Formats: sequence, structure tokens, C-alpha cells
Amino acid sequence: MWDYSEKVKEHFFSPRNAGALDNANAVGDVGSLNCGDALRLMLKVDPDTETIQDASFQTFGCGSAIASSSALTEIIKGMTLDAALKVSNQDIADYLDGLPPEKMHCSVMGREALQAAIANYRGEVWSDDHEEGALICKCFAIDAVLIEETVRANSLSTVEDVINYTKAGGGCSSCHEGIEEILVKVMAERGETFSPHTVEIPEEPKPGKLTNLQRIKRIEMVLDSVRPQLQRDHGDIELVDVDGKTIYVNMTGACAGCQMEAMTLQGIQQKLMEDLGEFVKIVPSRAGSLSRAASHP
Amino acid sequence: MEGIYLDNNATTRVDDSVVAAMLPYFTEQFGNPSSMHSFGNKVGLALKKARLQVQELLGAEHDSEIIFTSCGTESDSTAILSAIKANPGKKEIITTVLEHPAVLNLCTHLEKEGYKVHYLKVDEKGRLDLDAYSKLLSDKVAVVSAMWANNETGSFFPVLEMAEMAHAAGVLFHTDAVQAVGKVPIDLKSSKIDMLSLSGHKLHAPKGIGVLYLKRGVRFRPLLRGGHQERGRRAGTENTASIVGLGMACEMAQAAMHHENTEVRRLRDKLEAGILAKVPRAFATGDVSNRLPNTSNIAFEFIEGEAILLLLNKFGIAASSGSACTSGSLEPSHVMRAMGIPYTAAHGTTRFSLSRYTTEAEVDRVIEVTPEIIAQLRKMSPYWGETGPAAEPEKAFAPVYA
Repeated sequence: MWDYSEKVKEHFFSPRNAGALDNANAVGDVGSLNCGDALRLMLKVDPDTETIQDASFQTFGCGSAIASSSALTEIIKGMTLDAALKVSNQDIADYLDGLPPEKMHCSVMGREALQAAIANYRGEVWSDDHEEGALICKCFAIDAVLIEETVRANSLSTVEDVINYTKAGGGCSSCHEGIEEILVKVMAERGETFSPHTVEIPEEPKPGKLTNLQRIKRIEMVLDSVRPQLQRDHGDIELVDVDGKTIYVNMTGACAGCQMEAMTLQGIQQKLMEDLGEFVKIVPSRAGSLSRAASHP
Repeated sequence: MEGIYLDNNATTRVDDSVVAAMLPYFTEQFGNPSSMHSFGNKVGLALKKARLQVQELLGAEHDSEIIFTSCGTESDSTAILSAIKANPGKKEIITTVLEHPAVLNLCTHLEKEGYKVHYLKVDEKGRLDLDAYSKLLSDKVAVVSAMWANNETGSFFPVLEMAEMAHAAGVLFHTDAVQAVGKVPIDLKSSKIDMLSLSGHKLHAPKGIGVLYLKRGVRFRPLLRGGHQERGRRAGTENTASIVGLGMACEMAQAAMHHENTEVRRLRDKLEAGILAKVPRAFATGDVSNRLPNTSNIAFEFIEGEAILLLLNKFGIAASSGSACTSGSLEPSHVMRAMGIPYTAAHGTTRFSLSRYTTEAEVDRVIEVTPEIIAQLRKMSPYWGETGPAAEPEKAFAPVYA
């Protein structure tokens, strides 16, 4: 079962403005039976103000196609034609609290029907420049036709190229086999052979070896970054010494002897490790412990 | 009221007594059947019993012909890959356009590895041309794989006859009988079928258990190598609880075989006739006089299947569709397209699959609700009525399938 939002279900089960519109003066037909989606959008436009007074739809399609059609008619009613032309398929999807990636084409169809209807009203000819293929990348909803055209137009030859140009394959990476197949096919057209090489997910560059001074400065920077939070709780932290992997600090103010001290230090230690890219241990210095002993007799 | 589940070709409810039979094998009977001690030994005996129960349902000659696997897909892959590995000189495979993706996608993959795959075509009812099949059989063919019953329409392929023909030509024959096992009587010992796949969850056993039947003497190469389980033909510690469950389910299916082919068939026929009598422009797909007793696949023209399913679901009725939208692809079911069902109807195909738990009241309810749903969606369809787009589909389209 698709993971449809409540809004999608609601617009599917009780579609708004479904059925023919008798006195429509703008009609847009898009889609085809082959792909299982077809939409007729009918508008009643006020010729003086170019405002959409009424809108209705007839849709042959799945739940999200019907919901997208319903949403579209609700969005554009009362809009001027120029304003309506600015409605994007993302607006339709947003209105429905999102659509599954496989179903985004339903919202695209809604937008195309709108363009077609407005072209029809203005006596223009609207041509569908959008061709859809099988969905390859489910993370970013990118289909085979788009990938193929991009590979062809830019002479791409690696999966990495495809990720960079189209985003396809940049998510969960489970579609890389499909992308490779497209590369094999398109590269064969231009007489090349696809040679696979593993895609390396770029890693954060590891910090090189720091000098003692650089290291201490970085530690100070990390401590400075947490200081405002500590000060908000009327505490503070100061660096006492660095001895190899051990960082001695002094917890002062309210932090000294706080029940949460161990937890706070653990959090800071984690931050330090992430920043320095090495294992370090943070230890409250003896001086701090002594001062604490003095203040809590 | 509980939901009405008419999607038994997708999966079935695990029978309560199957669950009861399984439960001890999670706790007190947890032993590894390969172990020497009594913990393992009792489990080993339980597996032996289950193997006999499966053997009985399949009419296999020997219990050692039963290999437990993890699912129908594993059985299909094991069978086909074994056949080609055991016959490295033979570079052709014969299958059909109606196969389940478990076979089709494996075959398209093997094409990339240099195999020549012949996909037998079907007519508008999904029937094969056996003359064409006969012409393809040669000593170049490693294996034939054809399904016993189609998952979408329930229609049978003449697998017994096809197996005889393959055998005469010296070609191995495999059948994916996932939909057929438990619904129609099977007697493998009197057939020339070399390999057969079945899946537990289609006959009220749990998911995650399957069987590959391998006729004694057929050359075999395992898919999973490792331990000595299943006589070295399928390594990996046995899924003991599920195997015990499958054995129990096979015994129950055997006992219910008559009911399945009388009562379930009667309810299916009533459902189909009831809907077709009330809904215009609808027809049953497939080879309707030669199909599983539990399956009815109806094409409703000019509307889309996913929308039908969502509305049926609102009434608590579970069915499935060959529509593109339910699969995430943009193409409707390959089965419907292969049978030449026009797009106007293929997108609206809806499969009702019953089980021995389906009641008359449930069938009556579906007959009552479905026509309203179809009418409601057609009212919204631009292809319905006088207001269709310029390319009026009705003109180009005159169904001859009814």
C-alpha cells in the first residue's frame, strides 16, 4: 500500500470539483491511456479579468492522480490566469502534504493540464515536452528518460557523473545497477564501453597532523563553542593542560560539583573527538577537584 | 465486521492449527536438527514428518526429492541456475511471457550473461502455442520453465504435456507451481516434471518457507553451498518451525482439496457472475474455463485499478490489481499486455482471489459494493460517457474477450 498522506486520501475519497463543467471556456487534456493517467481540466474564465471563476476535472487514474486533480482545482479557483501559470507541481504536492516519489508524476500531470487549458483559452497550441520513463532513482524521483538524455547530452561515462548531473543514485544507491545499464546502452551508441569503477562516497577530509599549538587552539575553540551553554547555567569551563590524549579541564561556577558534570564532560569529549578526529579523554583537573572540595566542606 | 480478504494469491492467513504446530519449535523444541543430542533429534524427526507431508501433497515418489528453501523465488532461482550450471554447453532457455518476475527477471539477467531466452507468446486468453514450443526444443536448450497456474488470472499452462515434450527432447523441465500447489491435485511421480517450486505462504503456511521439488536422478548444482543440510543441496540451518508449519499446511490443503474445487469454485463463479451481471463494459480475463478454482480477474474498462482498490479497501475489501500504479512502474501488468488486453482495460484489471475461509456473505457483500465503486469512478473518468477526449478510445477498441 502506498504511503499516502491523510490529505491525499481525503481528496481521493471526496474529490472536489469532479465531473464535467458545462460552460467551460478553457479545456486542457493531458496524459494517455498507455501510462494509465489521463486528465481533462475544465475552467470557466472571466474574459474581462482573466480570473478562473470555476474549475473541474475528469481523471482516469490512480488515487493520487485523482487527489492531485482535486487539489489543483481547489488551488486555482479565484486565481488569474497569470497567477495560475505560476502554480508548480510541487505546489500541488505540497497542498496534499506530499506525494510518494513514484507518484510525483501525478502532480506534474496536473500542472501540464493547467498549462494546456490556459493555452486552449488563449488560442495557443500547447505541446507536451515532457516524456516519462521508468522510475530509476526512487530517492529523488528521477526516471530513465531524464538520465538517458543527460548522459547523452553531456557524454557522461560513470555513475558518479550521473549522480553529479541528475542527482539520480545519490541517495540509497540501490539503483546503481539501473544507472549502469543506461550508461552501457548510451555509451555503446557513441562507440564506447562502460567500465565500472566503484563509486566512492566522498568522506570528510581527515585533519592532518596538528602541531601542539594548533591542537591546543582547536581544543580552545571547541570549549569556546560550548561555553555559552555553560554560562547560561551560570557555569564555565577552562582548559588546564593537554597531555597526549588526556585533556585536563577545570569546571567552575555552577558546573563545579554539578550532578550533571559527568554527562556534560562526556558531551564535550564527544565534540572534541569529532573536531580533532582522534580519540581524547577529558578529565577534570585536580585543581578543579580541590577547589570543589574547598567549596563543599 | 472484519475485513473481506480476497487477495489470497498475494498471501494467505496462516491457519491457526499451523501456528499451533509451529510454536513448540521456537521454544522447547529449539534444537538444531543436525545435533546429535536429544534436543536436536526430536526436531530432526519433526522435519522428517513435514517432508513426508509435503511429499504427499505433491505426489512425489521419494521424500528426498523435497528440498526446503526460503521462498518460491529461491526455489525458482535454484532450479534454473542449477539447470544451466549442470549443462554448461547449452546456452538456451525456454520460458513464457506470463511468468512471475521471479523467473522473468532472472531470465532477462541471464540474457545479459549470453543466454538466449525464448519467451513463448500467448493468445488473448493467455494460452500457449505448443507447436511453437515444440519447434524450440533442441539439444541447445538447458531448461524449460513454465508456470503451472498464473498468479494474475489463475489460468493453467499444460505443464504435464510440456514436461513430456521436454523430456522427449532431453531438456530439463521446471514449473513454478506457487499458485497451484494446494489448490489443484498434483501427482509428480506420474509426471515428467523435473523440478517444481512452491511457496508456503500461498497455502496458509508462513512466509519465508518454500520448497524445491527435485526429481531423483536430475543433475543438480546447489545455489547455496555450505553445510550438509538438505543433503548438501541447500546449505543453511533449517527454518524448523516454518518447515513444521508448512508440513501441517500441506496436510490441511490435501484434506481441503475437494472443498477448494467445489465450494470455493462455486463462490468464485458466483462472485464473477454477480459482478459481470451488474457492471457493463467488464470482462473476466484469462482462460476462464481452465483456471484455478479460487481466482477471478475482472477488467473494468476506462478506470484505473489502484483507484478501485482504494475504494474497495474503504469498504474493507482486499483485492489486487494489474494496474501500473500499484507496482510503481508506468506499465500495466505484463500478463495483461502479453494477452493483448487493451490499455483501456488493462489498467482497470482487478483480481479477486478466494480461499477456503471465504464465506458466502463476504461474496454477496462484494457483489453488492463493487458496481457502485465502478460507477463512481467512471463518473470521474474522461473516457467514460460522451465527453471523452478527441481520440475516443471506444472506436479503436472492441473487446473480444468476454
